Amino acid sequence: MVAPKQLYAVIAGCGRLGSYVANKLSARGHSVVVIDVDETTFDALSSEFSGYRIEGDATEFRILQEAKTDKADLLLAVTHEDNVNLMVAQVAKKVFKVPNVMVRVNDPMREQVYHDMGIDTICPSIVAGDAIAAIAGALAFPAE
Amino acid sequence: MHIIIVAERKLAYFLCRTFQAKKYDVTVINRNREDCSWLARRTSATIVFGDGSSPQVLQDAGAETVDAVLAAAPRDEDNLVICQLAEMKFHVPRIISLVNDPDNEQVFRQLGIADTFSITLLLSSLIEQRVDSVGISNLIPVAEGKITVTEVRLTDKSPAAGKAMSEIQMPENSLVACVLREDQAIVPRGTTVISGSDRLIVISVPQNHSAAMRILTGEPVE
Repeated sequence: MVAPKQLYAVIAGCGRLGSYVANKLSARGHSVVVIDVDETTFDALSSEFSGYRIEGDATEFRILQEAKTDKADLLLAVTHEDNVNLMVAQVAKKVFKVPNVMVRVNDPMREQVYHDMGIDTICPSIVAGDAIAAIAGALAFPAE
Repeated sequence: MHIIIVAERKLAYFLCRTFQAKKYDVTVINRNREDCSWLARRTSATIVFGDGSSPQVLQDAGAETVDAVLAAAPRDEDNLVICQLAEMKFHVPRIISLVNDPDNEQVFRQLGIADTFSITLLLSSLIEQRVDSVGISNLIPVAEGKITVTEVRLTDKSPAAGKAMSEIQMPENSLVACVLREDQAIVPRGTTVISGSDRLIVISVPQNHSAAMRILTGEPVE
């Protein structure tokens, strides 16, 4: 069996989603850097988290440089602000040439525009909404 | 000319005043309700309350039909999204963005927003220039600082005073673009005689800026 590749992941935003993914990736042996403007958010990282923490604004080019974004296999832009995420994701993709970039966008309309631009966006409301609609659909058509 | 401005209270207000003096049709988008009513009382612009980086709000502000969008919000990420939505979704012909972090001028260009201005760079170069010499002001870097535009106030002692433009040997890649005399703006020809009370608008590459200033004012700069 081939050993899984060790990834280098940069995660912008260490809120609920960011810290969850950071802990998970770190537990699987990947190297992870988390960036957040508020250092208290790093408390959400587990004691086993072995990655780096950078306190700073990921929309600042220098902060992304400090995180060695040019070496990253994966960047996740998951702060609670859509515009921060969209900017960070585009800088990662177009300037640092990160091969895999994922962005959380809360506003479905904004998501559509950037999705059309070829950016991998995730809209939590749409994901949750579709799941709920599927459950509702299953209730309405129990035979299926 | 119809322009949408996304800016904070004071900046929006002064931009409105300036553009309305030029008879532009101005719409301001601002996300603070108090700022909006403050602006509505003091300007005749159309004020839209909301987040300028939301497609819905831009649409309400008439983004589909405007001639230009000026993104001058205090945060660069907001300005980027405003500009990109204006361009990709609403196909606004002219889009201009303020950048706060000077590094972002380059970043924005790489993300397709070519028309940016950096307040930080403008201010720092203005200050440097004011410190250099009192007669020289309004230094504006253009095209990432590859070109500078300077206003020079002459005196009767200036070497250029009393000379025709053709007698003044300007350094390479520099030129006197305009002569401001009393209330008039004159685009000089070779025969235009410069007077000691003129103000000159000089365009030059930064390398030859000092040489151009020396030839016109006689003062060594830097």
